Amino acid sequence: MAQNKVTTLQAINTALHEAMAQDDSILVFGEDVADPEEGGVNGATRGLSTEFGESRVRSTPISEQAIIGAAIGSAMAGMRPVAEIMLMNFSTVAMDMIVNHAAKLRYMSGGQTAVPLTIRVTTGAGFGTAGQHSDYLEAWFAHTAGLKVVTGSTPAETAGLLKACIFDDDPCIFIENLPAYWQKGEAPEPGQTIPLGKARIAREGSDVTVVTYGPQVAVAEAAAEQLAEEKITVEVVDLRTIQPWDRDTVLNAVAKTGRAVVSHEAVRAFGVGAEISSVIHEELFDQLRAPVQRVGAPSTAVPYSKALESAFVPDADKVVAAIRKTLK
Amino acid sequence: MPRKEIGLESTIDYLSILDTKGKPDKDLEPRIGKELLLDMHRAMVRARRFDEHQLRWQRQGRLGTFAPVIGQEASQIGTVAVLDDQDWMVPAYRQSAAALWRGTPLAGLLLYNAGYNEGGEIPEGQNDLPIAIPVASQIPHAVGIGYALKQEGSGHLAMTYFGDGATSEGDFHEAMNFAGVFNTPTIFVCENNQYAISVPREKQTRAGTLAQKAIAYGIPGIQVDGNDILAVYSAASEAAERARKGDGPTLIECVTYRMAVHTTADDPGKYRTQKEEEQWQKKDPIERFRKYLTARKLLNKKKIESLEEELEKEVKSAWDEAEQRMAELDRHPEVMFDHLYGEMPAYLGTQRKAMTDEDDDANG
Ligand SMILES: Cc1ncc(C[n+]2csc(CCOP(=O)(O)OP(=O)(O)O)c2C)c(N)n1
Repeated sequence: MAQNKVTTLQAINTALHEAMAQDDSILVFGEDVADPEEGGVNGATRGLSTEFGESRVRSTPISEQAIIGAAIGSAMAGMRPVAEIMLMNFSTVAMDMIVNHAAKLRYMSGGQTAVPLTIRVTTGAGFGTAGQHSDYLEAWFAHTAGLKVVTGSTPAETAGLLKACIFDDDPCIFIENLPAYWQKGEAPEPGQTIPLGKARIAREGSDVTVVTYGPQVAVAEAAAEQLAEEKITVEVVDLRTIQPWDRDTVLNAVAKTGRAVVSHEAVRAFGVGAEISSVIHEELFDQLRAPVQRVGAPSTAVPYSKALESAFVPDADKVVAAIRKTLK
Repeated sequence: MPRKEIGLESTIDYLSILDTKGKPDKDLEPRIGKELLLDMHRAMVRARRFDEHQLRWQRQGRLGTFAPVIGQEASQIGTVAVLDDQDWMVPAYRQSAAALWRGTPLAGLLLYNAGYNEGGEIPEGQNDLPIAIPVASQIPHAVGIGYALKQEGSGHLAMTYFGDGATSEGDFHEAMNFAGVFNTPTIFVCENNQYAISVPREKQTRAGTLAQKAIAYGIPGIQVDGNDILAVYSAASEAAERARKGDGPTLIECVTYRMAVHTTADDPGKYRTQKEEEQWQKKDPIERFRKYLTARKLLNKKKIESLEEELEKEVKSAWDEAEQRMAELDRHPEVMFDHLYGEMPAYLGTQRKAMTDEDDDANG
């Protein structure tokens, strides 16, 4: 059977349609998200307001604090809001709501108040939109207890994980990658959700394990492909959920090979990779044949020009170089 | 214990001086020297032609995404023209006309829009801030700058720009409130260009005007025809005089229209009608001002033609200059580590050197 290919954007759109049809309590808030405003600046929410009405799918004023704040309120009163923040950088405007409220209301109410909120954000270098547009802030969110942080690596993965976030009873930061929006992959199975907290073995191998997520999964796969020519086989683990991450799958995969590289597009220093690398060292010290290597962006802001951007984002060569270091 | 109406401290005026045929209301016509009038005209045309070229270059892939000013030249030039060199100008991301007026070179803007932070360098002695992408985030800065200027007792002021959409952000309200309480010399210029990307002004606030938001903060507000440079200039002059005298901030709402795209990633055909665009076309701020200047015999066909020729040449040579700098910069990706700290920490120096040497071992 010929596979039906869709873009990540189409997969997200389908997931939102499916979820909203399934559960009337799902609301969508965000700037430009309704159809009179083009159904989102990238079209992720296109068609939703026409199908489900503008009282469920609402274009808001440019007020991120109020978007997240009102979404939290509606979540506490029985709704399942999906709030879109146009770019991950602008989630900073709503940080009080995310960190002090969404993440903490359950805790501070002694478990009485759930905040079943999904915050969709997108980011990613690749389009030359620079310093205030393309940051990778997942480590901030992962560092905040009470939040779940999730990201997909293919259209089908993205759709399945997004639905899992929407139906989860805790606040989830769902990170989308802007350049990946227009990349194609197999269409999601209708009705399929992917459980949170479960990583996926994206490629099997026995020499080195690369732990990664989001757009770096494809980069790790490309690196694995390069090394296959030298008979080096690389296992690629796609975290899917960055927090709470799937320690069992990661540790088993690393124990198997005895070598690990952790890779992400975000700045390497103080990044998600540091936590994973530490845990691997703590748990598997005796079984490691080399120190865990990390791949990530250099310690600077996302640069503006295309030339600089491509020097900033870790590519397959960087992953290959890190893998080789574990093999030395 | 009556229930009675509370008289609000202020009301909001609407000001318009030039009609669409460029005929002024004689009672309201401001006295502006001939030289300044012609400078303002030149600046408006220069900003527009520059953006027209930029839009072409962007389509050809030579420039990145940027936010054109086309249609808003009067609201920017009419306000920025009341500033002196020691005053501060605090833009959002659409204020190229104001920045050019202040002295930012064309080549700098081109370089910036092609993706080089170096293009954002503000010439020595020009008190402007760099562009701000997060909507409304620059507005509180203008309050702090005003505060500092007041502290120095300088009689100078800060002018900040933002769109209609920005009035929905907390930053706008908090900044206005600060400015009112601290009585800072700050002029808030809201360029109400009717849209925030595709969201029309009516969906941004239920208030009838944006200017009236000043009332809640106890500061003067005025709504002006933002496509009428005489009205804009008059309102800005009043506000500047108030600020310089120590009488505090003003909110000016310039009612205008974004005649082009939001940014080059946008297609207005999807959310607004051609009829609406045509109606605003008739209120084109440059056409109107030209009619006025022509009637006053300050401008004629020949002068316009030679100005257009001169600007065409200037823009093209700016491109050549920018292109040369781009080629130089492309050879040095390690510049991405520059300007993060006053003094570069050792670990960044290591990363910078590794990139220069293309040594993957040393990153981190
Ligand atoms: C905090 C924040 N949220 C969202 C955006 C995305 N965005 C960029 S421009 C824009 C519309 C702004 O409209 P307005 O303030 O009216 O200014 P205009 O662009 O029309 O000049 C939006 C929502 C942003 N840059 N910053």
